[in-house]
This record gives sequence, structure tokens and C-alpha cells, in this order.
Amino acid sequence: MLSSSARRGAAVLLSAAVLTTLSACGAAPDQKSGGAGGAKNAVQPGAATSVADFGSLEALAAAAQKEGELNVIALPPDWANYGEIIKAFEAKYKIKVNSENPDASSSDEIAAVKSRKGQNRAPDVLDLGIAFARSGAAENLFAPYKVTAWDKIPAAQKDADGRWTNDYGGYVSIGCDAARIPTCPQTFADLLKPEYKGKVALNGNPTKSGSAFGGVYAAALANKGSFADIQPGIDFFGQLKKSGNFIPVESTPATVEKGETPISIDWDYLNAGYADQFKGKGVDWKVAVPTDGVYAQYYSQAINKDAPHPAAARLWLEFLYGAEGQNLWLKGYARPVLLPGMTQDGTADQAAVAKLPQVQGTPAFPASEELDKAKATLAEKWDKALS
Amino acid sequence: MSSTTDPRAADGTRRRRRGPRTWLATLPLLTFTGLCFGIPLGAMAYGAVTRTDPASGATQATGEHLARSLQGPYLASLVGSVQLSALTALVGGVLGVVIAQAVVTSRSAGLRSATLTASGVLANFGGVPLAFAFIATVGISGVVTQLADLTDLGWNLYSFTGLTVVYLYFLIPLMVLVIAPALDGLRPQWREAAQSSGATGRQFWLHVGLPVLAPSLLGGFVLLFGTAFAAHATAAALVGGSVPLVTLKIADALSGNVLTGQENVALALGLDMILIAGLVMAVYLPLQRRSARWLR
Repeated sequence: MLSSSARRGAAVLLSAAVLTTLSACGAAPDQKSGGAGGAKNAVQPGAATSVADFGSLEALAAAAQKEGELNVIALPPDWANYGEIIKAFEAKYKIKVNSENPDASSSDEIAAVKSRKGQNRAPDVLDLGIAFARSGAAENLFAPYKVTAWDKIPAAQKDADGRWTNDYGGYVSIGCDAARIPTCPQTFADLLKPEYKGKVALNGNPTKSGSAFGGVYAAALANKGSFADIQPGIDFFGQLKKSGNFIPVESTPATVEKGETPISIDWDYLNAGYADQFKGKGVDWKVAVPTDGVYAQYYSQAINKDAPHPAAARLWLEFLYGAEGQNLWLKGYARPVLLPGMTQDGTADQAAVAKLPQVQGTPAFPASEELDKAKATLAEKWDKALS
Repeated sequence: MSSTTDPRAADGTRRRRRGPRTWLATLPLLTFTGLCFGIPLGAMAYGAVTRTDPASGATQATGEHLARSLQGPYLASLVGSVQLSALTALVGGVLGVVIAQAVVTSRSAGLRSATLTASGVLANFGGVPLAFAFIATVGISGVVTQLADLTDLGWNLYSFTGLTVVYLYFLIPLMVLVIAPALDGLRPQWREAAQSSGATGRQFWLHVGLPVLAPSLLGGFVLLFGTAFAAHATAAALVGGSVPLVTLKIADALSGNVLTGQENVALALGLDMILIAGLVMAVYLPLQRRSARWLR
């Protein structure tokens, strides 16, 4: 068990480092990098709140190219097509993207921002779970920036000041291996059927994994719960566990391929990706968004307030929220935040849209307080319901 | 732990006999310990008893995190970890000694080196690969489960029992590794002497073998307990939140995508873990000192 204890040690050391940085009241070093764009509106890149502050997108691109690099963190190449997005950005703007720790969690991202304040290695942009986007904004860690497409993003999916903006997301879905399961479940109610004994898994522990948390939230909505009341979802999984249907193993591509988790509750973009990945490997992966528990969640994009490459960070956002970036997410089965508008004006990649799992209606999102309450309930009750 | 911090204070008479400046030689070790364990420990303790307001940045002392780490699901996870570690250390310790004794007393040098080499490998085989090996073998759709109908016999890998078996997979080899040298140290002459004095095998073990081995056995138990107590990745991949374990709770609070602002509770839990490890050591050290003289 050397590896795990070493990892735990590293976590402790890391947190220690974070603490020392926090307690040492170091003054934030000044931003380097000179002015960009025309002389008239020569705003420091770090203070720019929209592309207008640079004059034009070309001026922003020029300023970003002068910086030459972009630090990103926690972007797995096989997640929502991030691998291709990074390559496309590098090719288009000739800016080198330094991708650090692709499998990091949202709290790792926040820790990196805090512990490397003022360093050249600090992440420039962040892709965060919504709870961390909100808490990070409250801690004043992000730079306000409104992308060109700002007005087309629904108000519920962005911070009014532009400190974070939803980028892409998906629905809680039920993936199912049709090669092993005669009839695939379509709803949460279906999952309780005795024929699914020992077959239903989440992709992690909901007190840690965002998608598993979404699964419990969706199950709550399917069982007369609400955004403020997640308890019915916890009870639902308690019931699943009691009936023997639920298996606590975390579903991963490996367990899916092996057939150990023939039914897996996960984001639809990940489940849809598995379908491609396992075609021809004896796994016939079908994806259904349960009609009784529709829950969508979006990740949020934010710029580090002390980004070492402030112009490149802003250019990255403009790229992501342009048609090209949005369609690249779409290609990875994720639903980009601008998708509704792009479907209407015809800029969305129709072939990719057609491949998305079908969903009725528009998604609703919990308010901050509701989310906090649900998390507190979950942290308190989940273990007990499942053990 | 605490006895190493100030060697002059502890047991002064014996040390003085060895010379007054002996402790100087331990200075590099003490410096190392202070830097690599002291600073993180201090930071951890500091974080566990303070709270920083995210908006204003003001820090104040509070007992809130420690209190929370000893309540509700956090307490349950501490208890769960201690139970699992104690059980696996006990079972692993006993089985490890039996296997090691069999290997040591066998005349086959090949068996001996094969066992020790295999133990060295297996004792370090953990984490997610181990978890997946078990899933593929004795998980619900595992090969052996299917062949032997284990599910009908009540077998479930994703439970406390399942986790115990998985832990034993690396704890037993670890025990074999640490106890084999001690068993070698049990001189055959002692046994011959006991036999020629008319002692039975049972009497020999009860009055000679076990007392002499006691410090090594205890040391092995403490090592196994600590290894099981600190294990994380295997359990995380296998049982998620359904078997409450403190390391899983710390990971949830420290590096997750769901809970925010729980870092200090995680630090408090870490402190609790150190405390428990310290208590186990505190039982072990005096006993060890008492019986160590036999092996001089």
C-alpha cells in the first residue's frame, strides 16, 4: 500500500503548503506584461473585462501571442473532447497550452490557485464544479470577464459580474450494456426491479464525485424530492442497496468493459462516449436520460484573478464560447451552454446534435442555498443509508 | 513519538552511562524529523483549530472542526477504520506468523526464497490495480464468482467482509516479511534445551517462544494496523462510501467536486488519525522495551 499512503502524505503536505501560503500574508506581486491593443484603450490584460478593452479580437489574440503560453489544469483529454479542444486552440493561435494534472478535482484547482499565487506556474483558467465556482467567486479568486457571446447565455447560468460562466454540461443518464441486460432500464423506478439485482452502479461516491452527486439529485427529483430536499434520493439509493441492486464499486471504463457495472448512472456525455469506445468489444452500451428524474448540471469556466497569462486566458474563453469551441464540446457529447441559440441560428454541428441522447424540456438549476442544503444533507446521511 | 523529541529527559540514568554527548549524533535525524514531520503536523494542527473567513481573510481559533470530526458520519468513519484495521491486523498477523514459521522450519531453501520474494511483491501490490484484480476475479460478474456460484454462498466483495479479504491479500505477505527474520532468531538450541528438560511443544511456545517473539509480533501488528489504517485507494475503488473509512472521508473533504469548505475538518480528521496511531504506539513501546532484552 505504499502508493496510497504516499498519496495521502502528499495530500497532507499539499494542504500544509496551502495553509502556510494562506497564513503568510504575502502581498500579491504586480502583474508583469505590458499594455496591449491600441494606445487609446490600453487596459492591462489582467484588468480587461471584455474584448472591447483590447479594441478587437485580433488585438486580444496579439496580446495573447505575446504571452505565448496558457496554463490549464484538470482537463482530461478524453472528457468532453478536451484533448481536441486544446489541440485546436494551439493550432489556431500558436499558443502553447501547458496542461497540468488532467485528473485533478475542483478543490485541487482552487488549491493550485491559492498556493501558487503570483507564480508563473499558476493556472490561468479553471473548469470548475458549480459549487467551487460560487465559493471561489465569494473568495474573490476570479477575474470578471464577459465573453462576446455573453448576452446569449441565460442569466441562471452565469455570475452577474462575469466571474464565472457555465460552459458545458449534460444530463444524468442511465448507461446500460444491452449485450448483458435483456431490457435496459429507462427510469429510476425501473432500477428497483428485481431483474437488476447486483447490476446498478454510480460512477463514484456522491460526497466526492460531482456526477454521482447529480445521480442522487436526479433520483430525489424522481421520488417527489426537490432541489432543496435531496433526502428522497438518498432513501432511493438506500432502497436500491437493500434490495441488492446497488453495487458500491465506482464504475470506470474498466468496470464497464469487464461487465461488472452493466448499469451505470453517469453524465450522458460520458455514457455516450463509452458507447463509442466499446463498440466492437462485446459491450453494447445504450444511454437513456431517465424521464422521471431529469437533472442537468453544467461546469463553469473562470479566469484566475492572478493569471500569469491574462490575455491568453481571455483568448481561451473567447475561443471556448465561439462557435468552434462550442461545437468541439458538442462533438464530445457535452451540451455547450450556447447550444439552444446555435441550434436556432444553424451554427451548431447538426450531426453531433443528432447523436445526443434525447431529452424533453429545458433544464432547471438549484439556487446556491438549495445546493448547500442538499450537500449538507448528503454528507450527513449518505454513509448511513448505504451501510 | 514524543520520546524522540527530547532524549535527555527520558530515562536519564541509563543514557548518562553511555556518555553525555551521544544525543548529538541523532541531531541530523531529529532535524529531518522536525522538518518533514513537524512542519506538516504543525500546519495540520493549526488548520484543525482555526477558521479563516473567506471574505475578510481573518483567522480565528475554534474547536468546531475537531468537534465535528468526532461526530456523526466522521466519528463513524473513525470507528469503522479502527475496526477494519484491528481485525485485518489481527487475522493477518496470525496467518502471517503461521506461514512464516512453516517456511522458516522447512528445509527447502527454494521454498523459502520463493515465499519471501513473492511476499515482497505482494506486500506492495495495492491500490486500484489490486481492487480491479479482485473485481475481475470475485466481483459480482467475476470469473471465480461465476464458476463457483459464490453469490449463492453469500459472498459479496463490496462489503466489510470483502474489504477485509482484500486487505489480507497484502497484509499477510507483509507480516511474513517482517516476522521471518525474528523466527530465524529463535535458536534451535533453545528448543532442544527445552525438549531435553522434558518440555512439550506447547510449553516451549508458551514459556520461551512467544515471550521472546512478543516484541516482533507486536511490532508486526502495529505495522499491519498502520498500513490498513492508512490505506485508501483500494477501498475507494471497491466500496465508495458504503463502508465508512476515515481516509475516504478525508479524501471527500479535501479533494472532491462536491463538498466545499471542508478542508479544516479533513485536517482535524488527520489529527485524530495521528492520535489513534499514537495511542497504538503508546501501547506497543513499553511492552516492546520490556521484552526486547531477550533478543539481545
